[in-house]
Amino acid sequence: MILTRRSTLGLGAAALAMAAFPMRVMASTEEAIAAFTGGAEVGEGGLTLTAPEIAENGNTVPIEVDAPGAVAIAVFAASNPLPEVVQFNFGPLAASQSAATRIRLAKTQDVIAIAQMADGSFVRASQAVKVTIGGCGG
Amino acid sequence: MRVNNRSLLSALAFSVGMAGVAIADADDDQLTINDEIAIATEAAAPTHMENVKTIYSGWRYRSDETQAFQLDDFDNPAMLGVEEGIDTWSTVEGSAGESCASCHEDPEAMRGVKAVYPKWNEEAGEVRTIEMQINDCRENRMGAEAWKYTGDEMTNVVALLASVSRGVPVDVTIDGPAQSVWEQGKEIYYTRYGLLELSCANCHEDNYGNMIRADHLSQGQINGFPTYRLKNTKLNTVHDRFRGCIRDTMAETFSVASPEFVALELYVASRGNGLSVEGPSVRN
Amino acid sequence: MASGVKPRVKVPKSASAGEAIIIKTLISHNMESGQRKDSDGNVIPRSIINRFVVDFNGQNVIDVALEAAISTNPYFEFEATVPESGEFTFTWYDDDGDVYTDTKAIEVG
Repeated sequence: MILTRRSTLGLGAAALAMAAFPMRVMASTEEAIAAFTGGAEVGEGGLTLTAPEIAENGNTVPIEVDAPGAVAIAVFAASNPLPEVVQFNFGPLAASQSAATRIRLAKTQDVIAIAQMADGSFVRASQAVKVTIGGCGG
Repeated sequence: MRVNNRSLLSALAFSVGMAGVAIADADDDQLTINDEIAIATEAAAPTHMENVKTIYSGWRYRSDETQAFQLDDFDNPAMLGVEEGIDTWSTVEGSAGESCASCHEDPEAMRGVKAVYPKWNEEAGEVRTIEMQINDCRENRMGAEAWKYTGDEMTNVVALLASVSRGVPVDVTIDGPAQSVWEQGKEIYYTRYGLLELSCANCHEDNYGNMIRADHLSQGQINGFPTYRLKNTKLNTVHDRFRGCIRDTMAETFSVASPEFVALELYVASRGNGLSVEGPSVRN
Repeated sequence: MASGVKPRVKVPKSASAGEAIIIKTLISHNMESGQRKDSDGNVIPRSIINRFVVDFNGQNVIDVALEAAISTNPYFEFEATVPESGEFTFTWYDDDGDVYTDTKAIEVG
């Protein structure tokens, strides 16, 4: 990852913004996650979320999720206008509980995946994705 | 760095990336499409380019994820336009009751055509872009209406023609009757425009490999056009991109299909002589 | 009716029984997010593909709920087990009520 002065400044600014408005940014994402989990506790492990560290354009960001043995995987974007992105429900003929797609990210943010496992438990994985603005008029 | 004192904005924009170290040169990745079409994304610069030794396709300046879109025609959203183009190719239109296929047969038979455009047309006595030639066929041979120069139908067919020429080296002619148009294009390339007083060369010759804000500057090659831009999730044409670039220097831009842009397209295409035709590509 | 919507799927022509195969799907669709405004400042209403279902010989492979954050020209890649010869059916559901389908046969030798 190329850590330029600009991205370091950006990280710092984002951290400040998060500190100032944590409730507003996160509340609706946590609510959306709770709607999927029914409020159950969410653990870690057994779920891989693959997303680029830097997305050249927020319009089309490739992501992949993989959770062996999962019943469903839901993906959320913490700072999108609406946090829900997609939910994969795996049927009996799914060879693996994995899927890849392309998503829209409004700005730099955390992408969060929650997998519902066969035993009813939930696990979580997240990845921070930097969404860049082009230099030539965006 | 040849930026005059008044263009402070542009100086600031470049300064972030100029750490004295080339932090973001073109990468080393190689491109083979569908495991079968080898694309030359690098070549020795044509002799007419005095200030550049090696030319690179814009593909080499994009992130791994963006590059990956082009590896497989199924994954490449630009190919949706090519499919539309294939349908259009065999659609009968106009008073002559013919389609493109009636004369040209399969699109594959057009391999090599895109690589030499823009080019001098002896009969018409002018340099023509491929769009101009397509409309000439439509109006004068098919008896059909000309397409909007950067409209969907035209762009899809140009994307189709590019796709069947993938791997063929770009080879536009710059001398002979085309020479004066080529020289006009070269002059435009090195002219500063707009409030930002930027020429094509300021970014694409003086600063390729550097970052402009968070964008990785390429050499501004057009071997990959038409290109599917992630920014607007559709195919974009050369003249639309020229308009966008010049508008971004805060200038009044030339029009699509104008003689200035035809000349500029010939010149810019010639800066890519030796790279493979790569379109339709995926860019930022 | 959403115009110009075309589905495309990539499925191997044959497989061995029980083999896991990779399936890729793409559908040309604008996925109007409901976040954009027109030149008069009015919100352009959401109009997206909201669900994508893949079945094989009547059994479900995957059932996807899409939101507006799925990119234009929705793309999905996933794996399916093929127990016997048969047919995959792919169904996309549009906000506007349209349903788009595609099918692909596969030989299990």
